[in-house]
Amino acid sequence: MSKKYDVIIIGGGVVGSAIARELSRHKIEVALFEKEEELAFGVSKSNSGIIHPGTQNPASSLKGKLCVKGNRLTRKIARELELDFKEVGELIVAFSEEELFRLGELKSEAEKLGVPRLKIVGHKWLEKNEPNLNRKAKAALFAPTAGIISPYRLVYGLSENAQKNGVEIHTSAKAVEIDGERGAFEVFTTDGLFESKYIINAAGLFADDVAEMAGVDTFRIKARKGEEFLLDKKWEDLTRHLLFPLPSEKTKGILVIRTADGNPMIGPTAKEIEDKRDLATTDEGFKEVLSGAQKLVPGINGSDIIAYFAGLRPASGDDFIVREEKEVPGFINVAGIQSPGLTAAPAIALMVVGILKKSGLLLKKKKVFQKHRPKKMHLFAIPPSETKKLIKKNAAYGDIVCRCEMVSKGEVSEAIASGARTLDGIKFRTRAQAGRCHGSFCTTRLMKILSEKTEKPLTEITKRGEGSEIIKKDRCDG
Amino acid sequence: MVERDLVIVGGGPAGMAAAISAHENGVKDILLLERDQYLGGILNQCVHTGFGVEYFKEVLTGPEYAERFIKKIKEIPEIEVSLKTFVVNLATDKSLTYLLPGKMETLRAKTLIMATGCREKTREMAHIAGTRPAGIFSAGLAQKLINVEGLLPGNKVVIVGSGDIGLIMARRFTLEGAKVKGVIEIENVSSGLVRNVVQCVEDFNIPFYLRHKITRIYGRDRVEKVDVVQVDEKGTEITDSKFEIECDTVLISVGLIPENELIEMAGIVLDEKTNSPVTDEVNKTSIPGLFVCGNSFKVYDIVDTVTRDSLEAGRLAAEYLL
Ligand SMILES: Cc1cc2nc3c(=O)[nH]c(=O)nc-3n(C[C@H](O)[C@H](O)[C@H](O)COP(=O)(O)OP(=O)(O)OC[C@H]3O[C@@H](n4cnc5c(N)ncnc54)[C@H](O)[C@@H]3O)c2cc1C
Repeated sequence: MSKKYDVIIIGGGVVGSAIARELSRHKIEVALFEKEEELAFGVSKSNSGIIHPGTQNPASSLKGKLCVKGNRLTRKIARELELDFKEVGELIVAFSEEELFRLGELKSEAEKLGVPRLKIVGHKWLEKNEPNLNRKAKAALFAPTAGIISPYRLVYGLSENAQKNGVEIHTSAKAVEIDGERGAFEVFTTDGLFESKYIINAAGLFADDVAEMAGVDTFRIKARKGEEFLLDKKWEDLTRHLLFPLPSEKTKGILVIRTADGNPMIGPTAKEIEDKRDLATTDEGFKEVLSGAQKLVPGINGSDIIAYFAGLRPASGDDFIVREEKEVPGFINVAGIQSPGLTAAPAIALMVVGILKKSGLLLKKKKVFQKHRPKKMHLFAIPPSETKKLIKKNAAYGDIVCRCEMVSKGEVSEAIASGARTLDGIKFRTRAQAGRCHGSFCTTRLMKILSEKTEKPLTEITKRGEGSEIIKKDRCDG
Repeated sequence: MVERDLVIVGGGPAGMAAAISAHENGVKDILLLERDQYLGGILNQCVHTGFGVEYFKEVLTGPEYAERFIKKIKEIPEIEVSLKTFVVNLATDKSLTYLLPGKMETLRAKTLIMATGCREKTREMAHIAGTRPAGIFSAGLAQKLINVEGLLPGNKVVIVGSGDIGLIMARRFTLEGAKVKGVIEIENVSSGLVRNVVQCVEDFNIPFYLRHKITRIYGRDRVEKVDVVQVDEKGTEITDSKFEIECDTVLISVGLIPENELIEMAGIVLDEKTNSPVTDEVNKTSIPGLFVCGNSFKVYDIVDTVTRDSLEAGRLAAEYLL
């Protein structure tokens, strides 16, 4: 007999995880299904990590409203889950009289959405407060509520906390077929058959495929590629704020970004592509990003780039889709969650709870909801006095595995204990392999620790799931 | 704060030679810190021969060469070795903080020799476009997997760059039964030793593409193929010269960079291009009593010259101290 839930969430990105945590406050049975070997391996792993203030969306848009609300909610979530949210502020920079005029328009549009404390700052202010900015900048719209967060650690924080509060999480579990109707859906997955009263489709780039399984054919998802390039951590103080050019119709343009891990980042491009699995970076993308970033900060040097990646925005028209489908009651689409989806996720989750209530699901709050998650220890983020105490308590925190980012065996073991199963999963949680040498020195050690803790042979250790095995043959195995 | 006469960071050939020579020149209190679980550094994974020809006038393998020094170190009670010890901080006054399982310590070194070696340049530093699947390794990592762990990381291999480690790995993979489908070098000569070109590539009939470069890596989960183009002497791509090589592994062997982040922390200026300390004299830095030797001073071709110059570093340290 298949297990029965009140709600099944399909997709373990930031949106699915935020919904899972919100639902875990209630007395219902919830399960989340993710096709990849770990959560946050979809769009949510490769983005700019910006908690947007809401300055670049039309006042009438759903994404604009959810962004402003999400920005507010993220602060509380970061406190509860002990995540590294920093309010660094953003500057949208104008270089001409004409652009200056548009700043005013942006400001009033954003104020309609309720973005607080906006201010237009002039040349003098910029010289004083953003010394490496292009001297030709005339003025900027300053949005102090913009922030940064580690996107994957946000997903892991949300999902681990949801799990703690009773949500079942299934990984390597791809939904392949959906039958039935509200109250009695059947979801066939690669991990077995499950039943539920409601289904929430948060499948990111593949939300259209999942919707189709349920017989909903109202939208398609197009992928818009964004290439991003990271600079060496020694440039951590390159800028004090997030720097934006004026946005165009389609995109926010090439930005100079501060990240939660310290490395400055430049990008992203925005190019519509056909293949939803195409995560390649290109020479053209590199050129576009470098010259775009140099317009804002002329001192940026191509030779300081130590890493790059591409992410795909799942777009369906210009706005988010968050709705129960009329043709299939009980089936809720959360689709087309392009930027600012990372920011909006907590607000989307509240909206979904509202939709479920309206659709007749009885949602009673649990007596005890454990809203806190204990802080994850990262040596790179704590002062020496704390490091000393930590190592005294647990010797493994003094055993350094990744030399570039100073990650200890203690942190790696912790990551595995909280769900990491692949080298990328360890990297996202701890930063091991994310530094200058790209894992040249620590990969073997990480593989061994992973193999030991998960009781898998070294030949089965992967970068990011089946098919990405590191080793072809173990000679000692004959 | 605890003070030690001489602290040496790094237990590879450079650090070991420096320790032995400092002792021979009269230093009585030597602390040698090594982050790995054994001494010998990168020599441990260099199981091929060709070491020691100049210094010992003998042909040794890497581990054999290392073993001679390890044995000597063990015989000298004045040299204290601390393994699994990772230095996290270095200040201008030569005080340093290090971690090891269960402990964090801070001490001041009257004299300090940094012998932290170098790391390999990455695919990212060579700006190769494309995807980021499993199957992309630095040549040194592949060497460690095969020689130390007994694991074969690939069956169809393309090697980017013709540094010595890349060349040696071309032979290694071939001997392990893998197919090396090409060595791709952007210059018109190899950057490695002539003997390695002959013995590791030509003798095995491995295609050697000079004045070529890889422009793109394909594959989602595992490497599937690469694009290769011919370039002119300025490095500009020649139109219509592009071809593909099907492979499951890409080895990156495009050069080495001295690992000097610690001395940079202490305020020593590094050369922007080479990452070596800026100085006029071998082993010396702008901080009196702080010496750098071996591959963290500059990238050497062979270990014998590393030993030679590191012995000198030990002598300089003794001279400074006594
Ligand atoms: C380059 C770039 C930069 C961005 N920058 C920002 C930013 O700075 N700030 C911001 O707010 N937003 C930003 N975004 C947008 C943000 O990243 C996304 O809106 C957000 O991550 C979407 O999350 P998601 O959970 O909907 O999608 P995903 O993270 O893709 O999650 C969907 C999950 O569903 C799984 N799945 C799919 N099909 C199935 C199935 N059949 N069965 C089971 N599981 C399935 C997938 O594997 C995936 O893990 C950026 C996006 C990109 C591409």
